[in-house]
Amino acid sequence: MELSAILLQVLNGLDKGSAYALIALGLTLIFGTLGVVNFAHGALFMIGAFCAVTVQRLLSLSTITIDESKTDFLGKPLQIKTPYVESWFGESVGNALIDWSVPLAIFLTIPVMLIIGFVMERGLIKHFYKRPHSDQILVTFGLAIVLQEIIKAYFGANQIPAPAPSAFIGSFDFGSVIGMGPGKLLYPYWRIVYFCFAMLIIALVFAFLQFTTFGMVVRAGMADRETVGLLGINIDKRFTIMFGIAAAVAGLAGVMYTPINSPSYTSGMDFLVISFVVVVVGGMGSLGGAVLAGFVLGILESFASMREVIEFIPGINQVVIYLAAIVILLARPRGLLGRKGVMES
Amino acid sequence: MLGLSRNDFLMLLFVLFLVAAAPILLNPFPEGSSLAQFNAGYPDLMQRFLIFGIFAIGFNILFGLTGYLSFGHAAFLGAGSYAGVWMLKLLTINVIPAIIVSTLVAGLFSLAIGYISLRRSGIYFSILTLAFAQMSFALASSVLQPITGGETGLQTNLNDPRILDGANTTGNIPAPSLFGWEMRESMQVPVGDWLWTFNVGYYVCAFILLIAFYISIRIFRSPFGMMLKAIKSNNERLSYTGISPRPYTLAAFVISGMYAGLAGGLMVSMDPLAGSERMQWTASGEVVLMTILGGVGTVLGPVIGAGIIKYFENIFSKINDNLLHGWFSFMPDGLEDFMVAVIHPFVGKGWHLSLGLMFMLAIIFLPGGFVGSLHNVFSRIFRKRAQ
Amino acid sequence: MTVALEVKGVNKRFGGLQALNDVNLSVDEGRIHAIIGPNGAGKSTLLNTFVGRLKPDSGSVIFDGKNLIGRLPHQINQAGVSRVFQTPEIFADLTVIENVMIPALAHRDGIFELNAFKPLRRETDIRQKAVDVLEDLGMKDKLDMVAASMSRGDKRRLEMAMGLVQEPKLLLLDEPTAGMSRADTNNTIEVLKHIGDSRGITMIIIEHDMHVVFSLADKISVLAQGTVIVEDAPENIKGNVKVQEAYLGGAH
Repeated sequence: MELSAILLQVLNGLDKGSAYALIALGLTLIFGTLGVVNFAHGALFMIGAFCAVTVQRLLSLSTITIDESKTDFLGKPLQIKTPYVESWFGESVGNALIDWSVPLAIFLTIPVMLIIGFVMERGLIKHFYKRPHSDQILVTFGLAIVLQEIIKAYFGANQIPAPAPSAFIGSFDFGSVIGMGPGKLLYPYWRIVYFCFAMLIIALVFAFLQFTTFGMVVRAGMADRETVGLLGINIDKRFTIMFGIAAAVAGLAGVMYTPINSPSYTSGMDFLVISFVVVVVGGMGSLGGAVLAGFVLGILESFASMREVIEFIPGINQVVIYLAAIVILLARPRGLLGRKGVMES
Repeated sequence: MLGLSRNDFLMLLFVLFLVAAAPILLNPFPEGSSLAQFNAGYPDLMQRFLIFGIFAIGFNILFGLTGYLSFGHAAFLGAGSYAGVWMLKLLTINVIPAIIVSTLVAGLFSLAIGYISLRRSGIYFSILTLAFAQMSFALASSVLQPITGGETGLQTNLNDPRILDGANTTGNIPAPSLFGWEMRESMQVPVGDWLWTFNVGYYVCAFILLIAFYISIRIFRSPFGMMLKAIKSNNERLSYTGISPRPYTLAAFVISGMYAGLAGGLMVSMDPLAGSERMQWTASGEVVLMTILGGVGTVLGPVIGAGIIKYFENIFSKINDNLLHGWFSFMPDGLEDFMVAVIHPFVGKGWHLSLGLMFMLAIIFLPGGFVGSLHNVFSRIFRKRAQ
Repeated sequence: MTVALEVKGVNKRFGGLQALNDVNLSVDEGRIHAIIGPNGAGKSTLLNTFVGRLKPDSGSVIFDGKNLIGRLPHQINQAGVSRVFQTPEIFADLTVIENVMIPALAHRDGIFELNAFKPLRRETDIRQKAVDVLEDLGMKDKLDMVAASMSRGDKRRLEMAMGLVQEPKLLLLDEPTAGMSRADTNNTIEVLKHIGDSRGITMIIIEHDMHVVFSLADKISVLAQGTVIVEDAPENIKGNVKVQEAYLGGAH
């Protein structure tokens, strides 16, 4: 196998790995702080993705004028749609806004996800802290179905494309940069953006936990909730905020993923199961483990889908994540970076 | 009686009555009335009640007693289904070998997966079982196509070898039968406005469910069952008591896997088609929900839970706008449309929304499931009386 | 007199702490052997090495001619060693009688028995044994109570019943009377004495309460800073200078 082919698979694994890592990071934050297994986390990813669709639709809202002089292919007078943003800001600015609707959707996603997170935690999750994990799984799973169906009722069951800005369409030629010759190692621009975005979010979350007082209290709470409570610190309020942040991380992962995979109401569930595998392989409650496992499994998956590998071991692309999970869990009982005694009974 | 305490024997009789009379009990509304939509007394659905009931009874032996939450039991249901169809194809169209072999195959399969997965506990165990089941699903729908029929599924054909009875068939593909009684045969009895359907396959399922239920009660009340409860309660202490917990958990895992295989075998005996989607994690999740909704660790709960979920799935998904307009036609037009619009998202294609809401409400307000909550209510009433 | 348990050169280190330092002990068969010592002396750690909860870094624990080190907890129990835990480790969701029937069944059936079809009610012998032990400990009226709902003292007595019902060759008792009232303590002493005399069970008892120690023990080992400083008959322990030093010195 050529070096360029190997590098290509690593690159291909990065974007999926980024999505896995971001979802798993949020799951771990929720589990580590609140001790809750959140099966609705995939749905939060999906809602984030639909924020992009919403922004796209809002920006494309148009006035319709009828041009009597021309006719469309049915022979009716031609309808000309002019998006409001074009009539307000001029054609070039308006077009650019519509073109950039996916990145712009970030500004909608953050407040929306924070609110959803707060409401979810205060309204539902709060009542399940002391209930068994199986109850938490079931109630959040029910919530995930409800959220999914609401989205389906509004947006329909089909995938809705939400393309990247046209500036990012096309691929970056890594091959010519690192001297392998042009065309050997092409990687779409948007995937580079997604990876960098994911790294930025991960860095921000870690920096927030590491360098702020708030983060320090939360980390202390993750290690020993009772003691922190005894110190007279209101840990619950902070945990609510952490839930909001975890929801926002999932939403951001979803919104920026839309150009890579057009969202549909099931996209959350597709990611959920794998994300749980990622969290467990990383080690329950370990933030670093979640990120590491996300990338490891994403890259492994990408390698396994190479033609040469599939010819060698048929079907490996479908099972590699699960196979890796089994091997890792048998070799390392608590996952890659897990601690003892978390969720073992 | 039958080695059961009085209460357990009464419960068994109760289930016997419910199951035997289901074709009548589940059709309370006259045929052709506007509420006939809520009748569940047709063979296909009633068979599902029982088959998923068996699946859930078995799952409860593992999850309810030991507390080990498997997310992979659908794999055993699927393995049983494939084994069952192969028996119908290769050996005979009689369902008995299919049912027996599917149970055994699922037992072996669960022995292998359980042996490895039980090296871990808690969520790590759950994820291992999930991983094995997802692998089985992926392989069944792709590489193992020669055995599983891939995504189209595995079904019986006219030219199957059927070593024991292949020569007798010409014309249509033979339907699975029990010594000549075809599973799909039904007797329809109209009584007044009501129509009752008594189906052969249903009563075969009913007979097997009763046996499965009886065995489950015996396990619950046995020393073995007590050890399983002790594992859930304090696994570590058990080993300082001279008991090795792992063989006990493994035995429970295999028994519940065999129940799943039995359910799979029955499923293909009723309808000889096995698809890989039966192994997907959503199917595993369904049995978890049935068990929890009905009442984890209660003998009767899983059967009830299976019934509730299958009822919702089938009845709610069939309600459409025409029907809704029919129900609300007595209202003024505007109100009628409004009511239809309000209910519309919850039924038909949107029935999942009702299902999701039902889970949430049940978990929030009925911890311990239906049976557990009923039990609490009763014991509270009786305690008050005793005081 | 034959030796029931022989502990030779047991060492255990936790990071920088030498928890057990070359511990040697010999416990005579049919006798009650008390291990005393100041807090942190390593008493519970030592007991943990006997039952397979902790693996010592070196040394051997010979019971009945077999080395217990490296064996799993259930194997050690099946060899005839039962432990009564300091903090009650009971099956909280099960009833009192079930809690006692489990160890009794383990004693009869071994580490695994697929006894899935016989109703528990029909295990009359096992049940009777469990009832007898509970009666000895004054818990006959609580058979069907859920263990979790009992008082702390009752949980401790239940712990004791779970150990006694196995008729072990060696019974390890980790502060069996801590937290009990004086009356319950005296009752427990009587029960243990009675069992020691009638069945000849060897017992190792860790205890802070000197009243209990001197009422029961045939021999006392004093553990300080992970090592046995004195092993002698009770009457010789009281005036021992080394023991006084260990208790008083350990307080500094």
